[in-house]
Amino acid sequence: MKSDTVKLNLEAVGPATERPISVAIVAMGGQGGGVLTNWIVDLAETQGWVAQSTSVPGVAQRTGATIYYVEMMPHDPEGRAPILAQMPTPGDVDVVIASEFMEAGRSILRGIVTPDRTTLIASDHRALAVTEKMAPGEGIADSGAVFDAIGVTAQQEFIFDMNDLATRNGSVISSAMFGALAASGTLPFPRDAFYEVIRKGGKGVEASIRTFDAAFDRAVNGPAAETLAPATEDAETVTVPTQVRSRKANRLLQQLLKEQPAEVQEIAFLGLKKVVDFQDAAYGREYLDLLRDLQARDAAAGGTARGWLFTREAAKYLANAMAYDDIMRVADAKTRQARRQRIEQDLGLKGDQTLQTTEFMHPRMEELTSILPARLAAAIIARPRLYAWLDRRFNKGRRVKTYSLSGFVVLYALAGYRRMRRLSLRHRDEIAHRGAWLDQATEALDRDYDLGVEVLRFRRLIKGYSDTHDRGKSKFDKVMATARRLTGREDAAQWARILLTSAVKDSSHQSLDETIQTVETFV
Amino acid sequence: MAERSFAKEVEDLKLGDGDIFRGEGILAITKALLQSGISYVGGYQGSPISHLMDVLADANDLLEDLGVNYQASASEATAGAMLSASVMYPLRGAVAWKSTVGTNVASDALANLASGGVTGGAMVIVGEDYGEGSSIMQERTHAFAMKSQMWLLDPRPEQECMVNLIEKGFELSEASNTPVLLQVRVRSCHMHGSFVCKDNKRPEFTLKDALNTPRRDLSRIVLPPAAYVQEQEKIKQRFPAAIDFIKTHRLNEFFGDKAGSKTGIIVQGGLYNSTIRALQFLGLSDAYGNTQVPLYVMNVAYPTIDSEVAEFCDGLDHVLVVEEGQPEFIEQSISTVTARRKTPVTVHGKDYLPMGGDYTAAVLMGGIERFLEDHDPVQLGNRPPLPDPVPILTQPAVEKLKDVVPSRPPGLCTGCPERPIFAAMKLVHEELGEHHVSADIGCHLFSILPPFDLGTTTMGYGLGAASASAFNVKGAKRSIAIMGDGGFWHNGLTSGIGNAVFNKHDGVFLIIDNYYSSATGGQDILSSRAFNKRRKTNNSIVTAVKGIGVTWVRQIDRTYDVNQMRDVLREALTTDAEGPKVIVASSECMLNKQRRVKPQIRKAIQSGARTVTQRFGVDEDVCTGDHACIRLSGCPSLSVKELDDPLRDDPVAAIDNTCVACGNCGEVADAAVLCPSFYRADVVNNPTGWDRFRSRVTMGAIGFLQKRRERAAVSFDA
Repeated sequence: MKSDTVKLNLEAVGPATERPISVAIVAMGGQGGGVLTNWIVDLAETQGWVAQSTSVPGVAQRTGATIYYVEMMPHDPEGRAPILAQMPTPGDVDVVIASEFMEAGRSILRGIVTPDRTTLIASDHRALAVTEKMAPGEGIADSGAVFDAIGVTAQQEFIFDMNDLATRNGSVISSAMFGALAASGTLPFPRDAFYEVIRKGGKGVEASIRTFDAAFDRAVNGPAAETLAPATEDAETVTVPTQVRSRKANRLLQQLLKEQPAEVQEIAFLGLKKVVDFQDAAYGREYLDLLRDLQARDAAAGGTARGWLFTREAAKYLANAMAYDDIMRVADAKTRQARRQRIEQDLGLKGDQTLQTTEFMHPRMEELTSILPARLAAAIIARPRLYAWLDRRFNKGRRVKTYSLSGFVVLYALAGYRRMRRLSLRHRDEIAHRGAWLDQATEALDRDYDLGVEVLRFRRLIKGYSDTHDRGKSKFDKVMATARRLTGREDAAQWARILLTSAVKDSSHQSLDETIQTVETFV
Repeated sequence: MAERSFAKEVEDLKLGDGDIFRGEGILAITKALLQSGISYVGGYQGSPISHLMDVLADANDLLEDLGVNYQASASEATAGAMLSASVMYPLRGAVAWKSTVGTNVASDALANLASGGVTGGAMVIVGEDYGEGSSIMQERTHAFAMKSQMWLLDPRPEQECMVNLIEKGFELSEASNTPVLLQVRVRSCHMHGSFVCKDNKRPEFTLKDALNTPRRDLSRIVLPPAAYVQEQEKIKQRFPAAIDFIKTHRLNEFFGDKAGSKTGIIVQGGLYNSTIRALQFLGLSDAYGNTQVPLYVMNVAYPTIDSEVAEFCDGLDHVLVVEEGQPEFIEQSISTVTARRKTPVTVHGKDYLPMGGDYTAAVLMGGIERFLEDHDPVQLGNRPPLPDPVPILTQPAVEKLKDVVPSRPPGLCTGCPERPIFAAMKLVHEELGEHHVSADIGCHLFSILPPFDLGTTTMGYGLGAASASAFNVKGAKRSIAIMGDGGFWHNGLTSGIGNAVFNKHDGVFLIIDNYYSSATGGQDILSSRAFNKRRKTNNSIVTAVKGIGVTWVRQIDRTYDVNQMRDVLREALTTDAEGPKVIVASSECMLNKQRRVKPQIRKAIQSGARTVTQRFGVDEDVCTGDHACIRLSGCPSLSVKELDDPLRDDPVAAIDNTCVACGNCGEVADAAVLCPSFYRADVVNNPTGWDRFRSRVTMGAIGFLQKRRERAAVSFDA
């Protein structure tokens, strides 16, 4: 190679230090990247530096990913104007500021975060992309992968939830990012110079400065002590009481504690509360009895050695299956006191403000018949002309004012109608459906423990109302049928898992059908 | 009313001799026009030129003071034709648009203008929308300059240089009787910089002078035999005159010392900064542009000045032409020059640099390095380490990230009135099957992306309807053509609707009317509903459509009514009526509406007036986490959140506080029979005594019922 042969004693034209400081701001359109860019330019110029910023707005401004770029150099004593670049060069960026965590990830993929020079300032909150939200189940990108990549790419990093910090201080994320930038020490300007720029803006100055300071402190000192404790652990640890006040509840609790092994108790307690809340104490008893039988099957299949995995999954999904979504449950959820409190809190209701909510309901004839006593429902279904006549009158959108007396009373009465639930057509169908599902799970369990567990997990596919519910059910049926054909294979559980994953992520059945086709090539 | 107000920045346009202007590139361009003594200015919005149109609109008072007539042109063709004012009269005028799309539209007018030639300086500012951030097909304006023989200026991205070239450009136009194109790239339009100002100039000869003493000259009109004479004039008089002017006024620049060099670089002005940065990385330039490799900077990209090229190439063995995009017009012309003159130099360009795509500093660094390695390795000397992200990008942790980071294309804003239209269309497709959908240019083109995935082609602004014209087939499923109000007035009324009427087209034509040219930044158009003291707004699309002969027209005044939207679409697709079925779906652009309404609401609340504010929400106990609602929406404020409930696997839908209560969520949940999770919360600020009393009584009764049920429930509280 020529480069190896040529080694001349030539110096670069200028001193190597004489390069601009480069700052790239990666953001989503309309997220304050422009404000931050202007602040940085203003900051440099008021400090006597030469600064140039560029951006590519256009359609990217409509919520898409976009990038702003600033270069700055000290004023040349000879008065020469520096030639500044209009876009970041991968491997040559001093500071990258990301207003959202996946955008930080994108900046790494652009190659503008490198360990030899780049300080990465990023907010680790997420604004989900459409593709993440669209999946009919869990489709959210893994932030952990971004943390891993930051670990090997950034020279130094300042990562925290700047959006939350800004909101708590009554301002917007640009102030928080500006504070973190000041704290990073990457720009040779005093803190006061940053204040000066914010003050010049004139709007919301106090909140901006408060946010700036909070972000500065957070960047320098790390998280405050109380937030260090992992909050998620608190939420997921459930303590099962040994005794509760209500006699009815206590009887159920004691049955649970007696019949279920310690590993299962937590989740079964949550399940129990859910089904009792859905119907009544007797229903809780039904749940516990079913669970007891499942636990016995688990024991026979060697569940002890598996930490009662089958029973634990059964406790969870059986509760979900028993607390199905019908009109009474919805009406109940809408009329609870805690619900209004949550909305008031969400809205930050204060002073004398009053609140009203409007519900958007569209129950179809199907839903109405399903809550009628099974025989009456069957009689109506058997008369298509009557059914169609009723459907025309009943099947339409209904707007209900929850916190008006007339609206509330209707919902309240519907919620109270749950006393009749056990007689309903829906309940009969649910019991049959549940039974078939549990049968297949326990049958699988006897031959293949892991497959049994996976069949329980298929329950996750059943959700939603109306058409959505039907679609979920048809996915569930397909997966169940395919799983049945897998029984006996060594990798049956693995394939069952793949089936479930593709069903969860897929709204059109396309990828599920493809997976099923693959399975059919070998069973 | 445009999306962004430049009222403050417009003050900078009044700066006088010796003042320092600091600001965005587009403002610097506006200031340069005023310093050049223009009589008229116009154009059509579109990134990166939109802000120029917004600045001009906001600067109307100043323009009037200076005697400048500003027109918000109906299309680029209109703007191009407006330059005809400079044909007979010594009037300077400028128009601006997004290119190449705008130049495509205007090319008929430009070709006629260029043939007849101009008396007064005529300039077209084209925002060259090429490379990253571009929203259009990747082409060059260069070809238009060559085919019609208009001079193409491509200034270095430095405001001083840009301003100077605009001023000199008018003189060049007058000296050579030829219209001039000045191209600025996206980043230069939005580039913050500074320059030393001059006073604004009033035109010496005014439009009024022209109108009161009209002139005509048959030889300026494009009609044989004049057209043949004009061609000869272009070659024999205008071309040499331009060359002469460009050389005399040194519009192109030479940098670096040629003594001892074997190689040199010829670069388009617009790429100068990136080239210098590339040379700096290679250790061949400092930050101030002191380059060791001689540079010939073509601030005039067309025509090529033979003698300057020859002078630059004299003594060099190899030159590299740095020219973005394809075909390589400049490289070809340099090759022609050196071949004709038998200059002993080899011309390179696209053999070292990529044929297409952005010429970033990194791309140029690679190309220049290879060029020098082959032809002048001594120059490279002891190489400094070059910026190189590859070792980092190949790290396993970064490789893995590629599959994690979701794409984030632009989409409809929160509360966009177009969202329910596409939701309704999805619902109709579920009922009647998929239909062929011709899309158009505008925000509504985001329908082609998830979650809607609607639309097959886009053929140009206002051409959505026209691009469905082949699909006029009896007995087949009907085609649906979409067009925005912007595109409708730009040309769609005649090219699409008129065409469909005349040819008895059986398809469905959906005109989306959001009261502005929204995608380009919310400029007013004919059917805008707002009062505009300088323009006549409130011209009905429905009346226009009826006027051109459509008999089946449906107007929808609230696009958020998804049920109605769906029913009308269904009717249009199934009716027996003959001829085009036109639906005008109208609701105000939410971005602009919020900008208008938000301050009013804030003021009302502060003043103590009873004000209702609304937001939507999702009951997390009712939502089952299927996200069907999101698949019919994609609204930025409708997202998902994880619950802390170990019994539940999937995140539930959630609405954040950026919700503007457009109503789409609730309407879609109803129309698509999704689920009862959505609620609208109405908060009454500053309630009246009656409000408070009613709320107290109702909530008292409700609280009683709630407590009653709670007491009856089985509680697991310890």
